[in-house]
Amino acid sequence: MEHYTMNLTLKVWRQKNKKTAGKLESYKVENISSEMSFLEMFDVLNEQLIIEGKEPIAFDHDCREGICGMCSMYINGQAHGPWQQNTTCQLHMRAFKDGDTIVVEPWRSAAFPVVKDLVVDRSSFDRIIQAGGYISVNTGNAVDANAIPIDKKNADDAFMAAACIGCGACVATCKNGSAMLFVGAKVSQLALLPQGGPERESRVLNMVAQMDVEGFGNCTNTYACEAECPKGISVANIARLNSEYLKAGLSTEEN
Amino acid sequence: MGITGLFLILFLIVHAGINACIFLNDNGKTFNDVAHFMSHNWIMRFLEIGLFSGLILHIIQGLKLWSQNNKARPIEYHYNQPSKNSKWYSRSMGILGTLLLLFLIIHLSNFYVGTKVALYSGDQYHNLFEEMKEDFSNYWIVLIYVIGVSALYWHLYHGFQSAFQTFGINHKRYTPILKFIGITYATVICILFALMPISMFFKWIV
Repeated sequence: MEHYTMNLTLKVWRQKNKKTAGKLESYKVENISSEMSFLEMFDVLNEQLIIEGKEPIAFDHDCREGICGMCSMYINGQAHGPWQQNTTCQLHMRAFKDGDTIVVEPWRSAAFPVVKDLVVDRSSFDRIIQAGGYISVNTGNAVDANAIPIDKKNADDAFMAAACIGCGACVATCKNGSAMLFVGAKVSQLALLPQGGPERESRVLNMVAQMDVEGFGNCTNTYACEAECPKGISVANIARLNSEYLKAGLSTEEN
Repeated sequence: MGITGLFLILFLIVHAGINACIFLNDNGKTFNDVAHFMSHNWIMRFLEIGLFSGLILHIIQGLKLWSQNNKARPIEYHYNQPSKNSKWYSRSMGILGTLLLLFLIIHLSNFYVGTKVALYSGDQYHNLFEEMKEDFSNYWIVLIYVIGVSALYWHLYHGFQSAFQTFGINHKRYTPILKFIGITYATVICILFALMPISMFFKWIV
């Protein structure tokens, strides 16, 4: 693809801290290379702001390889921008044209409060994991890799679910702010494997309970989450979560 | 939501089946007989309580979802493109449901109330067929019914397959079949319902 440069207008959400109200502010950036990533374009803008003596824009980022789940940003009305199965750091500026206006907002969810500008607090996801997203393990020497036979399809499905990087795009995209795709993936990756067996019931019950405590919305099966997930996590995982939850809810003897 | 929804879906089959008797074109004789049977029968009257409970429960569940989901996103996006990732009808179940409720109020005041008045005032042979013909000679009533049935179509189109996902059924082989059944069901039921006022308005049925 041919290289080109572009001048852009950015409308970015600026918010000082959790308590103050934020607003969209306009910025101009010039000579942006089509081969830059979206975050590199933000680096250029921040350099510019620093030179002008203004506060740079706070945004989350870490690996910049599309595998850590740290970057967020709601770009032009879509989580992680216009490309499918893609994170913001892997969105490249060739997705835009010279003269474009790009609106950038943080994830909007009661369970993801804005910390500053485009940075949101996603520790609600950590608390859901803490409620049951783990397995009990044997101590001692590492077990031989193939000691426990696992069906190929289950191994594949578990692996696909485990691809979730916990970025929160599903919540950000869902019109109900529901975290069902995230929780579905985290329950599925263990429910499909024998290692997940011992805590199977308590895991799904506790994780769903924590999800509700955090204030996430309910799933109404619009499947917007699947369409926007950078890792292409399937809504079949939500069905598995529902079925695990129903079964555990019926068979549990605890209140 | 899914359980009450599927329950109401079952009711619609009975409702559409009975009403389709008007298409026999026997001056409404069969239809009036069946309608008479349905309203003068304690089993049906008892099941009617179940039907209304199911409907009310479905509405309460919907309102609860609406209120919880509103709280889950207190600040809306300034710029959002939901059409890029989901279908409009899947996002509009609440609005479609509200339209349906408004339609149901009109629909029940048209026919249900009349039937009940006739029942308790001792009218042995209430001619519901004639009442339908009279109501459906009004073009705006026909229009309201067609709009109501369209709302029902999209509500069912999403609702049927959505219920199974809620029950935890998402299967490579069976889900496409379930979706096909849902779309066929919504199409057949809604065409049948829409044809009733339309065919009476154009005097295809006399």
